[in-house]
Amino acid sequence: MIKYALRRLLSTIPVLWIAVTACFFVLRLAPGGPFDGERPLPPVILKNLAAHYNLDKPLVQQYLIYVGDLLRGDLGPSFASEDFTVAQQIMIGLPYTFTIGTAAFLLAIVVGVVVGCLGALYQNKMPDYILGAMILVGVVLPNFLIAPVLQLIFGIHLAWLPVGGWGDGSLKYLIMPVVVLALPHAGRISRITRGSMIEVMGQNYIRTAKAKGIGPRLTIMRHALKPAMMPVVSYLGPAASYLLTGSLVVESVFGLPGIGRYFINAALNRDYGMVLGTVIFYMVLIVILNLLVDIAYAWLDPKVRNR
Amino acid sequence: MNFLTKRFMVSAVLGSLLAVSAHAATLNIHNGGDPTSLDPQKLSGDWENRIAGDIFEGLVTEDAKDNPIPGQAESWKVSDDGKVYTFKLRDGIKWSDGQPVTAGDFVFALQRLVDPKNASDYAYLQFTIKNAEKISKGEIADLSQLGVKAIDDKTLEITLENPTPYFINALMHYTAYPLPKHVVEAKGADWVKIGNIVTNGPYKPTEWVPGSHVTTVKNDQYYGVKDLKIDGAKFFVLEDQEAALKRYRAGEFDILTDFPTDQYEWMKKNLPGQAHVAPFSGLYYYVVNSQKPPFSDKRVRQALSMAINREVIGPQILGTGELPAYSWVPPGTANYGEPAYVSWKDMSYKDKVEEAKKLLKEAGFGPDHPLTAELKYNTNDNHKRIAVAIASMWKPLGVNVELVNAETKVHYDQLQRGEVQIGRAGWLADYNDPDNFLNLLVTGVQMNYGRWSNPEYDKLIKDGNAQTDLTKRAELFKQAEQIALDDSAALPIYYYVSKNVVSPKIEGFVDNVQDIHRTRWLSMKE
Repeated sequence: MIKYALRRLLSTIPVLWIAVTACFFVLRLAPGGPFDGERPLPPVILKNLAAHYNLDKPLVQQYLIYVGDLLRGDLGPSFASEDFTVAQQIMIGLPYTFTIGTAAFLLAIVVGVVVGCLGALYQNKMPDYILGAMILVGVVLPNFLIAPVLQLIFGIHLAWLPVGGWGDGSLKYLIMPVVVLALPHAGRISRITRGSMIEVMGQNYIRTAKAKGIGPRLTIMRHALKPAMMPVVSYLGPAASYLLTGSLVVESVFGLPGIGRYFINAALNRDYGMVLGTVIFYMVLIVILNLLVDIAYAWLDPKVRNR
Repeated sequence: MNFLTKRFMVSAVLGSLLAVSAHAATLNIHNGGDPTSLDPQKLSGDWENRIAGDIFEGLVTEDAKDNPIPGQAESWKVSDDGKVYTFKLRDGIKWSDGQPVTAGDFVFALQRLVDPKNASDYAYLQFTIKNAEKISKGEIADLSQLGVKAIDDKTLEITLENPTPYFINALMHYTAYPLPKHVVEAKGADWVKIGNIVTNGPYKPTEWVPGSHVTTVKNDQYYGVKDLKIDGAKFFVLEDQEAALKRYRAGEFDILTDFPTDQYEWMKKNLPGQAHVAPFSGLYYYVVNSQKPPFSDKRVRQALSMAINREVIGPQILGTGELPAYSWVPPGTANYGEPAYVSWKDMSYKDKVEEAKKLLKEAGFGPDHPLTAELKYNTNDNHKRIAVAIASMWKPLGVNVELVNAETKVHYDQLQRGEVQIGRAGWLADYNDPDNFLNLLVTGVQMNYGRWSNPEYDKLIKDGNAQTDLTKRAELFKQAEQIALDDSAALPIYYYVSKNVVSPKIEGFVDNVQDIHRTRWLSMKE
């Protein structure tokens, strides 16, 4: 197993290299540079800035410098921040993003699986319809709409929760962002769980279990849940990578210091170092999460394990 | 009541008292973007200025109305030729670590500012100082050639290239702040990190969470610390203006430094007196490429300019009452008086359109030979609304406009390359002086996106800047402005307004044309 994991990790290195290289050069093709803005800078200042960031050197040389630094674990400077390097900015934002992302991930799984199971259990009955409709709302409404509505209701009118900010990081500051982030995923997980559960419940061995007189709760918990989770698990990998890289919308609406905003802002600002930094970070995360999903698969499904 | 309960109650009461008083004196400001740095030589935005100006102080500083008042310098003298300024520093001024602020700290800072190695974005604002530009260009390597000398610890002498009437105003800018030489030399690039940084302003930074906030507290070493009513401030990063307004309504922010314009009417009704809209020294304008036909024809430019119904843009399209612009320099700019205006300013809109049609006809355009033009703007809801409105105002002239939008970086890149026919631009004054606006139309200046060129205009600006007599200077400038307006060098549309929302518990907030409000002038009532 460990050997397998290591091999998987090593095989990502060439992929990573190709992505970094492509990204590095494609970025430079985009019109506009990092120092273009509403206020153009005098040529002398631009020249000094370009020299400061090695942007005056031939592109290939810049690339070699970047890759060299990267191999030493240095993601380089960010044009948008003088005081923090790319790596420092990601490291500072990561704990916030991980806290919110993990909480949203767990919430989405719990809500999604419970709702999905209930839907399967009461298939085509009233609870299924009601839950289904609620879930549909969660999936369909975009978070940039839900977030302000929640802020208005719980932050201003009821004044139960702070409207935004991280504050001291206590629960009341986390509730709204986590719910907004979790909602669409909870919806999708519940749909997948419901479908998969209905399918499993029709299997012969479940019928056998039922015939033996085991109650529906026990049937689900002991026999149906594990196999029904297979498609859910394959959804969890991408969902986790999405949640753990933060969300621009949630961060900007709630004013949270996560890393989600870097993904968009860096590209718009032509902040070359930060774009590459986020690409690398995202790729590494996806590779690790996919690996975890595969391991979870093996645990869930003996057929995979013994292959 | 046993001892423990008593003690608990006493501490609870004390604790809540402390919490109340601590809360009362901390200002929560919605500040927009994340600062690039706390190093005043690395900044370029107003959100950065708000922090920098609270934690550092230059020779000259701002009062509540943004007028220059003595800062670290208690007085200064100007030589008869207007080129040499001698500043006497205040007694007992100190950095936040207790070290004295000396004339040497100013010399060090200004030399560092223009040092090409430091690559400071905004160094050019101090290019009025002798040899500053040459050093920045690398033509002079010896930093001591810069016209800034420490006569002794308390006396600083600054020599300029030319007499510069706005020099005192330019000294209020953050590029002219001193730096703690002893810390920068000891810590290098890390001097600016929280824990290392020492400052000489009313406040000092204690915390910075990128993407969230910067916290400042009173600087006990500041000469005016006794008069500070606010204990410290939190500058919050939040680019979503709708969300910021909600947080303001929930009491999480005391001041918003911008607000969504479509909420203005609602705020006037529901938050009476809290939304501040005031003239701001900035101009929103359209660039017309005067090097490329048909826009090289003055009549075409003037027709387009005349047909813009400026009166409806502020009140109806933007909804915040921006004032229509018929001059190039916004009214209220210092050292200037009333600006020059376009000759057709007071015509009725109907007459303007008729005149515009006539001009276009003379230039060879009309219903059977329509003028087609590409109007470029940087992606933004307001820019789009204005572009759509103006395109429809031009329609009756027989002008077909194609609207093209691009993200800000791309848009300004195209403007600078001259790859536009008509393009949206805006200018916010760096310092309160007409030169800052008039310079935008000088031949060869980078921001002259329309490539408009007029030797007489250039000469008048040059002559004006060589004047030491402010009245004569203003006269020459006004002549130049008139030439540019008569030739429709560009199309001024409206003067910016500053938009703040200020909680009723904040006192001392005075609207001013530069929109600068230092925390030291504010107070907070319960």
